[in-house]
Amino acid sequence: MAAQIHEAHRQTEHRIWDPDAETLPREDIEALQLERLRELVTRVARVPFYRDHFAHREIGPHSIRSLADVRRLPLTTKDDLRRQHPFGFLAVPRKALARIHGSSGTTGRPTFVAYTARDLETWSNLCARFLVAGGLRPEHTAQVAFGYGLFTGGFGLHYGIERVGAAIIPAAAGNTRRQIEIMRDLDPEVLICTPSYALTIADSARELGIDPRSLPIRFGHFGGEPWTEDMRREIEDQLDIAAFNNYGLSEIIGPGVSGECPERTGMHIQEDHFLVECLDPETLEPVPEGEPGELVITTLTREAMPLIRYRTRDIARLYREPCACGRRTTRMSRVTGRTDDMLIIRGLNVFPSQIEEALLRVEGTTPHYLIEVSRPGTLDEVHVKVEIRPEIFSDRMDRMQTLCERISREINTVAGIRAHVDLVEPRSIERFVGKAKRVLDRRDLGE
Amino acid sequence: MKLQQLSLFLENRPGRLGAPLEAIAKEGINILTLSLADTAQFGILRLIVREWDKAKQVLEDAGWVVNLTEVVAVDVLDRPGGLAEALAVLEGAGLNIEYMYAFSLRRGDKAILIFRFEDPDRAIDVLLEKGLHVVDGDELLSVVSG
Repeated sequence: MAAQIHEAHRQTEHRIWDPDAETLPREDIEALQLERLRELVTRVARVPFYRDHFAHREIGPHSIRSLADVRRLPLTTKDDLRRQHPFGFLAVPRKALARIHGSSGTTGRPTFVAYTARDLETWSNLCARFLVAGGLRPEHTAQVAFGYGLFTGGFGLHYGIERVGAAIIPAAAGNTRRQIEIMRDLDPEVLICTPSYALTIADSARELGIDPRSLPIRFGHFGGEPWTEDMRREIEDQLDIAAFNNYGLSEIIGPGVSGECPERTGMHIQEDHFLVECLDPETLEPVPEGEPGELVITTLTREAMPLIRYRTRDIARLYREPCACGRRTTRMSRVTGRTDDMLIIRGLNVFPSQIEEALLRVEGTTPHYLIEVSRPGTLDEVHVKVEIRPEIFSDRMDRMQTLCERISREINTVAGIRAHVDLVEPRSIERFVGKAKRVLDRRDLGE
Repeated sequence: MKLQQLSLFLENRPGRLGAPLEAIAKEGINILTLSLADTAQFGILRLIVREWDKAKQVLEDAGWVVNLTEVVAVDVLDRPGGLAEALAVLEGAGLNIEYMYAFSLRRGDKAILIFRFEDPDRAIDVLLEKGLHVVDGDELLSVVSG
């Protein structure tokens, strides 16, 4: 039985949304990338960050003779984006914008990402590509259980499904019982959400006395947070579906950077739009093919906010040999780690510094605290342990409970997550010489 | 007339209550009474001891966070309705009780209760004025040793 289910994805018929682009021979992909990279170097000269860098080093389109020359260009980091907040990286006039999304930042305010109408068009097509690769057809109905808002997940997938011509149920995130009711009423074949939320839906169905395998969903596209092959097996077993992985990040475009085909031997990178390097995060030298490294992405076609060599901080492997599906694009593995301390909690990016900022607003709660992340069932849980100090201790229970609530509220305001606040005895949190270890991530998100 | 109460923060897990009690026992400090308020996650241990200043020092030296609060001991008739009558007096005077607990020993036909008031001084005035008996520290000690 289990083997049968795990083979479910093999029944997904191979289909390619944009064969001209997706099946280009390697040399044609690379020629296109080179041409677009040269053009990009001209285009980003409107962005002061790049213009200054280029002027200083006499870099121009002439500097790019081969794709390897991308390494002559500067890296861009999240800190660079933050220093130019909100729109220092715009390469078009503000009036040319059609959309602004955002991602969470370490200071509690989002980093904004801008799109022109053509960027939105590109984005829709990129999402359509991985959706079709993973089985979406115009006759299907897809339930989108991603948040719609500044977060790119909801809208990106929405536009992709629309582009394919399938019907959308924009259920948005949360209210799991209602999600299940909608599924039973409307029979969608496709579920779009984070992988952990797919498992929550299965749990919730069982609580309602409904066999999750009886739900109409036949396959799902899951992303927005790292997951494992074990989790894929869980999702496929529990819901009796085929589960496909996709990858993207808001700074680059959102979902649509890469996604799986039915071969499921990595996610195909949309290389006509993104030039992806895999670098050793310490030396910033390329790692040998197939070795883990930090993904560094150059947006070849973004108009509003093109980025050169953006350090994603995501660790993955790249595979360049051809795929049996017919696409010739480079594939990337699952994201298996981060090179910074960012945590992804139920699909939300959270930096430990945000928790610290929240604690600093409540006198007496720092410096001794620890952020513990676990996944006891299907969903991430955050416990913030705070050592009790004389200035926050009261003999009155109501005051102590108010304190916990206040800390929790501040964390929610700054980081957007619900955290359990655990007050602990003095000196119960381990002391470190030098940089304190603030995070204990008990989730197993390795390969 | 007020008593000094020590409060300690404890995590709510096995073995956490014993450690501070042992620490003060080692110093020969006797506990007159105690109360424990707890949630699933943590507890507040409140202690009335003979040598509160020494006990506080011992506990703090051992790493506990200790808080000192003034509380009021009141004796009430140990019969049905005894406490209700005393509470009616307090309520009538608009005195806020943060929490209360019973003393572990009785004195004759009286039971002793420990009250944590928002305003202990005003509470004592009201109690005395209404003819209730406020038990001071020396008296409490004599009850225990007696």
